[in-house]
Amino acid sequence: MITAGIDMGAKNIKVVLLEDGRKVRARAQELGGTDTRGATEKAFNAALFQAGLKMADVLHVTSTGAGRANAPYARDSVTEVGAAARGAVFVHPATRTVIDIGAEEGKTLRCDAAGKVIDFAVNEKCAAGAGSFMESMARALEVKLEQLGPLSMKSTNTIPMNAQCAVFAESEVVTLVHQKHSKEDIAKAVHDAIADRITSMVRKVGFENDVVLIGGVAKNPAFVETMKRNLQTEVKVLDEPEYVGALGAALVAADNEGVK
Amino acid sequence: MAQEFWRWNEYRWTSPDIDWKGARSVTCGVDVGSVSTQVVIMADGELYAFSNQRTGSSSPESAERGLKWALEGTDLTLDKIHYTVGTGYGRVNVPFANRAVTEIACHARGANFMYGPTVRTVLDMGGQDCKAIRCDEKGKVISFLMNDKCAAGTGRGMEVFAELLQVPIEKVGELSFQVDQEPAPVSSTCVVFAKTEASGLLRAGWPKNKVLAAYCSAMAHRIFTLLERIGVEKDFAITGGIAKNSGVVKRLEKELGLTVAAPKADPQIAGGVGAALFAKTLVEKGKA
Repeated sequence: MITAGIDMGAKNIKVVLLEDGRKVRARAQELGGTDTRGATEKAFNAALFQAGLKMADVLHVTSTGAGRANAPYARDSVTEVGAAARGAVFVHPATRTVIDIGAEEGKTLRCDAAGKVIDFAVNEKCAAGAGSFMESMARALEVKLEQLGPLSMKSTNTIPMNAQCAVFAESEVVTLVHQKHSKEDIAKAVHDAIADRITSMVRKVGFENDVVLIGGVAKNPAFVETMKRNLQTEVKVLDEPEYVGALGAALVAADNEGVK
Repeated sequence: MAQEFWRWNEYRWTSPDIDWKGARSVTCGVDVGSVSTQVVIMADGELYAFSNQRTGSSSPESAERGLKWALEGTDLTLDKIHYTVGTGYGRVNVPFANRAVTEIACHARGANFMYGPTVRTVLDMGGQDCKAIRCDEKGKVISFLMNDKCAAGTGRGMEVFAELLQVPIEKVGELSFQVDQEPAPVSSTCVVFAKTEASGLLRAGWPKNKVLAAYCSAMAHRIFTLLERIGVEKDFAITGGIAKNSGVVKRLEKELGLTVAAPKADPQIAGGVGAALFAKTLVEKGKA
């Protein structure tokens, strides 16, 4: 039996196809853009193609993410927090704390062994604790987003950033460039800044091991290192971290079909 | 170079009526803000000349440049100025200042001069912060609240929108009223997210003016919540660059249910005026 999860993120739309609630058959993503419906269809078709399946093979589709109410194909939906917990515990059963940093949202949650959420905190009001902060800073530094992490790892100096706000931080980065600080050191300051914001959110709900990171920002090794240092604990990045929410939704779809 | 829509007019001014030579005190106030720098010169506590320009990457240079421009075309020179007070974000970096005073104190004092002694609440809307100040009939600060952590509700936020919508910042207010119907405010607080939201509205076919209206009213509401926390007592004055944006001011008036006082001069120079008045007091007390 095939189920699907669609994660309608603020920026990207992710689709996971799951067999019998156990085996991932395909993953695909597409930039949401202006036509989220079209983008979802595209991602869905790409996933079907990868798995060699047809639409009719998919028994149940569950959506999640900021735009979950408007997901095509979906029969029902699950909250982002619920999907993240379910997905993370499936991938790594020892997961008790999930930190999920998406493009426009950062969240942290604690869950039990069954992937049931115990407590959580979300920041969706302020870009300073979300992926868009990194994008703005990469733009101000005139480097590609993917370069920001590796640059930061080469830093030799710690320079503080005063600004919290992404808008003010952009001006501050420009000032730091003018003051002849190296791009490496500025990139590190940027990582320290976002990690500090997320750390204070994590401390609010508390954490228990294992702590896992999911969402697009988890792919940034410098951010992961800074989080480890801040929390003084091991932080594990799950495989395919940006698909964990969609996987969680596909698992919920399987649950809803009575798959054990 | 491409047009920079956020960039407002820089200018200088000299009083046609006042001669500094007969004055007992000639004082200078320098307000080096994060975005703009004002140099205000007063003769016996009356406005003699000022300049209003963008702050550059160096505070000392911005202050020097502002002074030079304020003095331009006058026969006044720095050595004839009895006392100079620096204020604003870069107040400790004014090379020719004798003393620094906080911008909270200066805006309250400046508002007292520019809007009259009946002012009890001053909202200073700066480039990178926003302060709500309660003061007495002498322009002395009683209490204040400040947001300097978040660009929402600051001039910088409005600049971002002017640039996004390609509308000269000085036209934002006027254009924001050219709508058939007042739209709901932009729902995101964060300027970064509000930008994304606005791009979505434009793609959904909203005209620019309607998006401006939605952002002006979001900003007015953001400021309203700050004012609500400190409480507004009449008279109510707004200083800083946003005071010149009718799109925000009129919507805020509506939300507060009261009218904003009219200034004697450009509300953006209030901090500099306050600083020059502190300098005057110091001269009179013989402390200069």
